Amino acid sequence: MDLGTIWFILWGVLWAVYFVLDGYDFGIGIIRPFFSKNDTETRIMYNAMGPFWDGNEVWLITAGGVTFAAFPKTYAIMFSSLYTPLMLLLFSLILRGVTLEFRSKVDSAGWRKLWDACNFLGSFLPALLLGVAFANIFMGIPLDKDGILQGNLFTLLNPYGLAGGLLFVFLFAHHGALWLAQKSEGEIRERALRTAGKLWPVVAALVVLFLVMSWFMTPLFTNYLVHPALFIVLLVPVAGLLLTCKYRREGRPLASWVGSALLIGGAALFGVFGIFPALLPSSLNPAWSLTIENSSSTPLTLSIMLGVALVFVPIVIIYQVWAMHLFRHPVTQEDLDYDEAY
Amino acid sequence: MDVLLLSRLQFAFATFIHFIFVPLTLGLSFIVAVMETKYVRTGDETYKKMAKFWGKLFLINFALGVVTGLTLEFQFGTNWSRYSTFVGDIFGSLLAIEATAAFFLESTFVAVWVFGWKKLSPKFHATCIWLVAFAANLSALWIILANGFMQHPVGYVIQNGRAELASFTDVITNGYAWNEFFHTVTGAWALGGFFVVGVSAWHLLRKQNVDFFTKSFRIGAAFALIFALVVALVGHRQGNIVAEVQPAKLAAMESHWETQPNAPMYLVQVPDPENEGNSIQFGKIPSILSIMAFNNPSAVVKGLKDFPKQDRPPVTLTFSAFRLMVGLGTLMIIVAILAFIARHQPVECSPKLLKLFVWCIPVPYLALQAGWAVAEVGRQPWIVYGLMRTKDAVSPLATSQVAISLVAFFVVYILLAAIDIFLLTKYARKQPA
Repeated sequence: MDLGTIWFILWGVLWAVYFVLDGYDFGIGIIRPFFSKNDTETRIMYNAMGPFWDGNEVWLITAGGVTFAAFPKTYAIMFSSLYTPLMLLLFSLILRGVTLEFRSKVDSAGWRKLWDACNFLGSFLPALLLGVAFANIFMGIPLDKDGILQGNLFTLLNPYGLAGGLLFVFLFAHHGALWLAQKSEGEIRERALRTAGKLWPVVAALVVLFLVMSWFMTPLFTNYLVHPALFIVLLVPVAGLLLTCKYRREGRPLASWVGSALLIGGAALFGVFGIFPALLPSSLNPAWSLTIENSSSTPLTLSIMLGVALVFVPIVIIYQVWAMHLFRHPVTQEDLDYDEAY
Repeated sequence: MDVLLLSRLQFAFATFIHFIFVPLTLGLSFIVAVMETKYVRTGDETYKKMAKFWGKLFLINFALGVVTGLTLEFQFGTNWSRYSTFVGDIFGSLLAIEATAAFFLESTFVAVWVFGWKKLSPKFHATCIWLVAFAANLSALWIILANGFMQHPVGYVIQNGRAELASFTDVITNGYAWNEFFHTVTGAWALGGFFVVGVSAWHLLRKQNVDFFTKSFRIGAAFALIFALVVALVGHRQGNIVAEVQPAKLAAMESHWETQPNAPMYLVQVPDPENEGNSIQFGKIPSILSIMAFNNPSAVVKGLKDFPKQDRPPVTLTFSAFRLMVGLGTLMIIVAILAFIARHQPVECSPKLLKLFVWCIPVPYLALQAGWAVAEVGRQPWIVYGLMRTKDAVSPLATSQVAISLVAFFVVYILLAAIDIFLLTKYARKQPA
């Protein structure tokens, strides 16, 4: 396998990992207004992601950085042509980030309400925007030969893009409910499991809808039909979808969350393998697509980066898993009394 | 207003606001690490309280540093796409390495440190804050290596219409970048010291928690003095390097127009770029500029007139920012000496002196901002010195897109900065738990 292909796969994997990890933070934020009955429950929800959200967000920074480093031209055109949605994404991520830090710093109900509202927006909007953006990328965006988007924000809000947005919102909401279930106990845990149970049929329906729309509206399946062995990739999200349901019914939230992680990661990879070897397909003319070949860095940069990734990514995974293990216990009253709790 | 100007304003604004939060993170993380180490060594609970009290102020800042840093990464792609395409092979990899090797470490261990007080042994817990401090400063190193490439490009070849990596070793051993790194982080460590001294002085003025804040004051004063001195020394070296590799920036820093040996400096100067000279200049000190630039009184210093007009940086802004930085840097040394002298019984100082320490909290902030203005404005009209002009780097966007986002940045960032200052003040005034 050549360096460009290796980095293409790593690029896809990084985005997939980011969706899996920050996805549950967004999900908790999305379901919170409908789930939480009082301030204590809200605090349990925030603290369920408390020690993790920041580390999760770094996967986005890395995915962005790797796009920049390995495929600079794709990075440049992806970010400048999707200017408005990315600015919206950025502002929502800023809101989400400061919410957690600010919310408990002033003892006033109005203050907390304000940041709760910001947290909802800062969770819902990124989920929606990332879904819309990636669905559009999967379908191909109207890029001309100079890499300039022929259209605007509303061009991106087409039926397939919106289906992608909805899919992400519900995937993450379901994912967040499961994370909350495995980080809480008693009544909240049961209720979070029931919430995930209510969301699951919607998720399943949207997954099917998205696959059907992908078949008719995008060239995603072309690669799969040429290399039928690739259909194994599609088995991952399908298996995840079924396993998450099975484990949830057995009352095993962590296992069910892992199933949901397979579903999200697999869905992202399904799309990424579908667009290979383009990172940013042009819907106007395939020759104007940004591909591995016309947008990658030099072999020297790619190999140095690969060395860095091979050394550091395993180390990162080790200490992040260790940190998750360290804070694996359910959030309890004792945690909420802790002076650093959110 | 065109896309170029709007994008420059947006980037400058986002960077300056980001750099309100970052230096305190760099400096205070080390100070907290020193405090917690003292706790582990002596078992004195005061030092544990100190780590928690100052750690809280560190954390409020940290969150804002993260979210505003995200903006900068985005902006290279959104607003400077031609730049990103041109230097991605080199610049992009440095950013990616920063995230992989430093930022993950910092973000993960910050959380472990915050939530891990009861879960980890004191020694291991203290190790976490050292990791955070190390990672924060390592992060700065990678970012400044990337900036160093913009200031003094090395290790590249121009090929296929872009700068391609020729030697990674050259890029990461860039002398300009390393000196710039030390100049920046020592400034940030001094800032951390001033912050601790100033906040402690506020409490000592009110004679509350005297023992706690005296001990804090002592650590802060040591940081402030050591690094206020080191940052000046490294700064002098930075001047030498700039003279060598960015002569137009040096000339703009001093509003120096005529190429000459024994180049003088003036105590008072008002640049007049329109007429290629200074409208006012007096208080001539002969040869000082030659000494500053080349450590040699008879060295020839190139004047701005010897650069084509289109290659000259904005003189007035570069000149003013440089004077401001040096002036405030000198003030920092004086104040740090006073704090160091007072360190044993600061509570017995005259209230005027204690008030001075409180009022000096913003001084290093302003000095650091001015320093970055010298570095970035002085580099103009180049985005990559000598290789790519800023005007050729901007994305092909509609003016309205950038105008709207710029207004949004103004509103959101001003609110964030205001809330940050409000919360820092609120928590700085609290009694240590």
